[in-house]
Amino acid sequence: MLSPKTGEPMAAVAPLTKTSPDPSFATPNVVGRLEHVTFSYRSPTGGLLEPVLQDISLEIYQDDFLGIIGPNGGGKTTLLKIILGLLEPQQGTVTVFGKPPREVRHLIGYVPQHAKVDTSVSACVLDIVLAGRICHSRWGFLYGRTDREKALAALRLTGTADLAHRRLATLSGGQRQRVLIARALAAEPKLLLLDEPTAGVDPYVEQNLTDLLHALNEQLPIVIVSHDIGFVSTHLKRVACLNRRLTVHSAAEVTRSTMAAFYGEHVHLVHHTPCCPLNDPGCDHGCVPVPSATGRKMEEP
Amino acid sequence: MTEFFHDLSVNPFLINGLVAGVLAGLACGIIGPYVITKRIVFLAGAIAHIAVGGVGIALFLKYSGGSYFSGLEPVHGATAIALLAAIIIGVINEKRAEHADTLIGALWAVSMALGILLIKYTPGYQGELMSYLFGNLAYVTRSQLAWMAILDLVILATVLLFHKQFMAVCLDQQLATLQRVPVLAINLLLLCLVALTVICLTQVVGLILVIALLSLPAATVARFVIGMPALLAGATLLGILITTVPRIAVYGTAVSPESAIVLAAGGVYLVSLLMTRRVPE
Repeated sequence: MLSPKTGEPMAAVAPLTKTSPDPSFATPNVVGRLEHVTFSYRSPTGGLLEPVLQDISLEIYQDDFLGIIGPNGGGKTTLLKIILGLLEPQQGTVTVFGKPPREVRHLIGYVPQHAKVDTSVSACVLDIVLAGRICHSRWGFLYGRTDREKALAALRLTGTADLAHRRLATLSGGQRQRVLIARALAAEPKLLLLDEPTAGVDPYVEQNLTDLLHALNEQLPIVIVSHDIGFVSTHLKRVACLNRRLTVHSAAEVTRSTMAAFYGEHVHLVHHTPCCPLNDPGCDHGCVPVPSATGRKMEEP
Repeated sequence: MTEFFHDLSVNPFLINGLVAGVLAGLACGIIGPYVITKRIVFLAGAIAHIAVGGVGIALFLKYSGGSYFSGLEPVHGATAIALLAAIIIGVINEKRAEHADTLIGALWAVSMALGILLIKYTPGYQGELMSYLFGNLAYVTRSQLAWMAILDLVILATVLLFHKQFMAVCLDQQLATLQRVPVLAINLLLLCLVALTVICLTQVVGLILVIALLSLPAATVARFVIGMPALLAGATLLGILITTVPRIAVYGTAVSPESAIVLAAGGVYLVSLLMTRRVPE
């Protein structure tokens, strides 16, 4: 792969850190690498709390479609923030595109949980997606033609072009999620991180999102954090289970026993079928009715 | 109302008052949309009150500090202290200090107390504090107008240059950080512009009522238009109307023009709430 700035092969510019003189850094298709990362939050008095992440090692590849699953409080969002350089681990090294995350984080598209984004602002969807272009267009009052075209292209790609002049507050959860993906894509990222993209959206919308992510994955490595096991195990190439420690599987390996080891014994792994949000046998979405009301998501006891 | 236009030719202070209204309306129309988007109306209130300390310092120096300070006006001291307050408040807010609200509240009260104390120990006329608190549209001087015009120019130029970065930090601070916007510097710059706007507005309605002009015109227009450029344009127009029309309407009556302006701002906002039950799609 090529370095986004210099056009030189990445391996040539990737610095070998003192603590990790690992020759496999030159592996051409690795875009991100965490080595023995341990992270603890600080208590209000300044001391370190119990580690949230312990001895995490992970590689993200150029064509990756990686899911990170785990229980609430397992460290999923923390891990994303470490890859973004928003948090610094106490131990271990993180490199993205061969550099510390802080230097390259404008190349990482980050899609936060839509439920955590302020929707009451008076700005319209286009304003919000244009704000994603800020690293390409610093000064002045209006965004230029290129920025507007890229923003509109991102809206079209995510199927939200007709919402460009709506407010976030008037959109549904699935639409908001797509707008946030468009905002990340407008910056032309080289890696896409998504935090719980399927939280709070119905199965029909989830299927649309999945199709979109599959299409994006043709060009972009994607990392998804989710607690939706059905989603992760059916759609993704690799799955990492995170609960303070991390284990990587190919998606096909995720079985009842691996889940039980992470969540405890009472987890239901239900086979994923695209199903009708209205549970209507005669629906024309081309989907199959949900077998039972409790559906296909993981249930905690 | 015809009386106002009749007197306009004989009383230059009436023109000054109208020009002051236009200049203040311009400032609140430009900065108000950022203030409501970023939800910092109460930080703006804190800055306005802390600036009382600056009024006190300026007056004290002017009358007790010898000839060197004789050209010092209260508005200069207020501007300096408001800018200082903006930076301190911005840093406190950024550090997410555990007791940020307590710290800001303490600054608010202590600086006001200092200002009142200094004014009390200043020999001579004590009317300056009252006009800073409640506004004095009837006697806006030319030097005040010049100062307001300079503040407006600074605000306008900065917004034209930094609008995109202001929007980025107003909409999503985390995204702005990731896109390598210098978030702290941009936040401080925006708060400094809020401080300048507050100073501009206190010349017209006084600090007690400044919050109304900073938030209500923008909040009213936000219920009818979509998109930031339209909001800025609409809020500026409405701001100028609100700071001038009520003043003309109540001329010659016992109603004080400052109160009329704020009541009009509140009334227009209330009507907009009733007209649009929901925000526009």
